[in-house]
Amino acid sequence: MADTLLPVANPVVGTGDSARRRASLGVALICVALLAAVPFAASALGDTFYVRVVTRMMIFAIMAISLDLVLGFGGMVCFGHAMFVGAAAYVVGIFVFHASSGEPLTIAGVAFQGSTNALVIWPVAIATSALLALVFGAIALRTSGLYFIMITLAFAQMLYFVAASASGYGGIDGLTLDKAPTLGPLDTGDRQQFYWVVLAALAAAYLLCRRIVESRFGLVLRASRSNPTRLSAVGVSPYRYRLAAFVIAGALAGLAGVLLASSQSFVSPADMSWSRSGELIVMVVLGGMATLYGPIFGAFFYLAAEFALGHLTEHWQLVMGPLVIVVVLFGKGGLAGLWSAVRRGETP
Amino acid sequence: MAPTLFFEQMLNGLQLGMMLFLMASGLTLVVGIMNFVNLAHGSLYMIGAFLAVTVLMQTGNHLLALGAGIVGTALVGLLIEWFIAQPLYGRDHLDQVLCTFGIILFLNELARVIWGSAPLRMDVPEWLDGSVDLAGIAYPVYRLAIIVVSALVALGLHLVITRTRLGMLIRAGAADRLMIVGLGVNIQFLYALVFAAGAALAALAGILAAPIYTVQTGMGDHILILTLVVIVIGGIGSVHGALAASLLVGVIDTIGRVTLPAGFGNILIYVPMAMILFWRPRGLFPSHG
Repeated sequence: MADTLLPVANPVVGTGDSARRRASLGVALICVALLAAVPFAASALGDTFYVRVVTRMMIFAIMAISLDLVLGFGGMVCFGHAMFVGAAAYVVGIFVFHASSGEPLTIAGVAFQGSTNALVIWPVAIATSALLALVFGAIALRTSGLYFIMITLAFAQMLYFVAASASGYGGIDGLTLDKAPTLGPLDTGDRQQFYWVVLAALAAAYLLCRRIVESRFGLVLRASRSNPTRLSAVGVSPYRYRLAAFVIAGALAGLAGVLLASSQSFVSPADMSWSRSGELIVMVVLGGMATLYGPIFGAFFYLAAEFALGHLTEHWQLVMGPLVIVVVLFGKGGLAGLWSAVRRGETP
Repeated sequence: MAPTLFFEQMLNGLQLGMMLFLMASGLTLVVGIMNFVNLAHGSLYMIGAFLAVTVLMQTGNHLLALGAGIVGTALVGLLIEWFIAQPLYGRDHLDQVLCTFGIILFLNELARVIWGSAPLRMDVPEWLDGSVDLAGIAYPVYRLAIIVVSALVALGLHLVITRTRLGMLIRAGAADRLMIVGLGVNIQFLYALVFAAGAALAALAGILAAPIYTVQTGMGDHILILTLVVIVIGGIGSVHGALAASLLVGVIDTIGRVTLPAGFGNILIYVPMAMILFWRPRGLFPSHG
């Protein structure tokens, strides 16, 4: 009985864990190596289009990882995650717009000139997303269950309409970025250079989330998902931990947002639409919730499926919709669940 | 705002509110009783409108179109309940959200394949065309008819829910699902009935709305979100809460559209929602224990 109460004292679990950790780090390194090979393979084939495709996949993978922190590890079904992506993307769009049009943005009598320096824009954009997550999260996390799903959806919709009605910034049609921001010596408008920036961002996001999940904070977060009552009983209020996770996820989604703005050279309300938020949830669940590599695979798989089906028929959602339903009804643990079942030698 | 304009906009708000109630009453029961998040409720609204427009184009008979739209959508609702919702009762909300999101993707695209992307128009029946004089303003008869029909439906629902045995089971289901199963009620039949009734009400809303807005793929998405706001404000599972919240949202949304700069009116309803949920996280009329 004492063993089950004090699992920390069990040395077998410890070595098994570190072996698994090494294995998963190995898989991560192979993935990074594969991704690093893409630009070379693409230029060898003379088709740089795939560089753009994989760039987009990696950006969506960052969104999916950040959502997984909230959804998978925190057990909070946020149906508005795209709002943090869109908000940051719009901040980038607005900075670039004022920099290239030369007409200053005036807030409360203070004029801002705009900028195309990513070292200025990106932190501001990410901080905006984090701040939004703090304000909306503080309200939304007072509710739970269904109410939480719907309130996050409603907040995202609110932001969507703000963007759609901002006629100075293109309204519903969106805003084209006339200049690509520069990141120190790097030009984000250059597809090859930008690819490396995005790859580095994905790797950093993955490592950061890994650290977070394995930390004491992550332990409390996971506990707040599996048994909030017990967590409260031992004297820890889940609210602050959930809110902190929500803000971190919002900031990471903001990072994905600034990259998205640069990759498309365009931002529009569609980047924060509720169907985008739904797609992000699909990616996380498809890949496998509460694993960090799952959402990355999920995002790659979803965009690849969209790309492949989109080539076959313009009505690819006729296939995607039922596919989602089948995976949810009959699949357990998504792609990650399938992968670990294969590794254990079971037929899934 | 001039008093007559204000009065007219209040009527428009009432009309929108009553239509939202048709959506929200069905959805709040499905969510409250089956504990099932049905995001595809907006798709049922769309299907009702499309079926009715199709029948109208073929026959030219408005009442036939109305009947066909409602019955057809109720059948689609039963199919969804049977094949997708039933395996999901008792599963995570997340699974339900995903599956019904998949239904939305599928049905929106299916509507585009069958009826095309161009919006379809549905004409007001001749006997409801024109306007009446209400305290000095000319108000369209059709909008007035929507208010009357929805009010009758609301009254009927109120009577069914408070005065009949079925209504008692529905209220009991919303308050404590396990208990009525324990008492030997045929819960599967009750679930299917509530789901189909919700689908029929959504179709009615879609058909009534068709002449005012347009019939097109994705038309259910916006109304779905308004409906979700309504049931969250009203308290999930409460039909009376849904009525109060529908009227509140309808009036606030309409006033916002008239008084605020274009587009910003869409945002106004989220402010009271956030405030209400901040103070009362379970809505105005919580029905769960």
